[in-house]
Amino acid sequence: MTNPVQAPALVELKAVNKHYGPLHVLQDINLQVTKGEVVVVIGPSGSGKSTLCRTINRLETIDDGSITIEGEELPKEGKALAALRADVGMVFQSFNLFAHKTILENVTLGPIKVKGVSKADAEKQALALLERVGVGHQAAKLPAQLSGGQQQRVAIARALAMKPKVMLFDEPTSALDPEMINEVLDVMVELAREGMTMVVVTHEMGFARKAADRVVFMADGQIVEEATPDEFFTNPQSSRAKDFLSKILTNG
Amino acid sequence: MNVIIDNSDLFLTGFKNTGILFAISAFFALILGTVVAGMRVSPAPAMRAAGTFYVNVVRNTPLTLILAFFALGYPKLDLPEISFMNAAIIGLSLYTATYVSEAIRSGINTVSVGQSEAARAIGLPFMQTLTLIVLPQAFRSVVPPLFSVFIALLKNTTVAAGFSVLEAGAIRAYLSERGEPLLPGLLWVALIFVVLVLGILTPLQRYLEKKWRVAR
Repeated sequence: MTNPVQAPALVELKAVNKHYGPLHVLQDINLQVTKGEVVVVIGPSGSGKSTLCRTINRLETIDDGSITIEGEELPKEGKALAALRADVGMVFQSFNLFAHKTILENVTLGPIKVKGVSKADAEKQALALLERVGVGHQAAKLPAQLSGGQQQRVAIARALAMKPKVMLFDEPTSALDPEMINEVLDVMVELAREGMTMVVVTHEMGFARKAADRVVFMADGQIVEEATPDEFFTNPQSSRAKDFLSKILTNG
Repeated sequence: MNVIIDNSDLFLTGFKNTGILFAISAFFALILGTVVAGMRVSPAPAMRAAGTFYVNVVRNTPLTLILAFFALGYPKLDLPEISFMNAAIIGLSLYTATYVSEAIRSGINTVSVGQSEAARAIGLPFMQTLTLIVLPQAFRSVVPPLFSVFIALLKNTTVAAGFSVLEAGAIRAYLSERGEPLLPGLLWVALIFVVLVLGILTPLQRYLEKKWRVAR
């Protein structure tokens, strides 16, 4: 039997385990994300999906198993880890824009301090990115002066400014007022169309249908099901996925 | 009024030295205190332990003992000589730095963990996360306690009078030698301290609080 030619995995998790005390939050997780792929991770609260997302840039450590990015094992700490994180964009549920810095400074800080880009170049690039996510005219303001949706779009621009190989989204719309969710999702859909590799933890099934290449369903620390959005939403295999979908899709 | 006019030389020299002791000690205490606060939140256990050890030992030692060590004990060691003034500066800096460190550490705790996570996520190493993101925000929230520390330092400088430094706390003793009445002299010294605090430190604190007020 010959091995099929596989696209090399950009992100690969192999037999990853993690405990919080007695709680086994990640149980033998195996996941591959290829370049350009958009993987949406869904599942009930406490299923470990956020933790999974955060292990990929080692904001959460793991107990055992391995996580590689472009075939290289995640460094444990120090300069090497910082360098790796520069290549992995992250968007948080609570935005986490630097509160004491302007919108423009939020986006230029990484390129200037981490990549050594000149201030002028960094600002030019930042303004273009802010324009692209629709908050170009807010560049001089402080984060607290912006709405949640605007802040989250700035956070996406901040991550993009590092020209990441992969973007992690940890429930990017969960802290937003309903009327602001779409402005953030639109930016994400756009990114997905442009070929960005994305791992998205979300409760937005609309986004999963529209932009995902693959849906990963997690429950109780395990990956229960992996399928294309179409398969998953129309014909879920596991009883837990059926149960989950029945709860979230009936009130639509 | 006569006391202060007749002995203006004494008051001038005394408060000039108090000013020098205060300014230099405050400067070094701020730097050292910030470094120690950074050590105490560092990911390296050895750094955390060293910072904690220093704060616990020095903060729990009476200031008089620390100054006595540098003014009286240190000269007995076979080390380069230092003047009483410099000994007082070293002692006051080391002592005050522990309080600065604790004030700043409480400020660091007010900065949400998401701020440093976001900094790490864009690839900033620990030092830059601390100096660019966490400390600037921490400082803003500790202006009032930090100024309490510095006001205490200003008054603590008088302890140096016990170790042959002619500063404001020593004025009383010199006045007695000159046969001046004690009470008016003491009251003048106290009044000048109040003026220094209300006239310089408090307005500076108010200015910084206003300037650094951030909407969160």
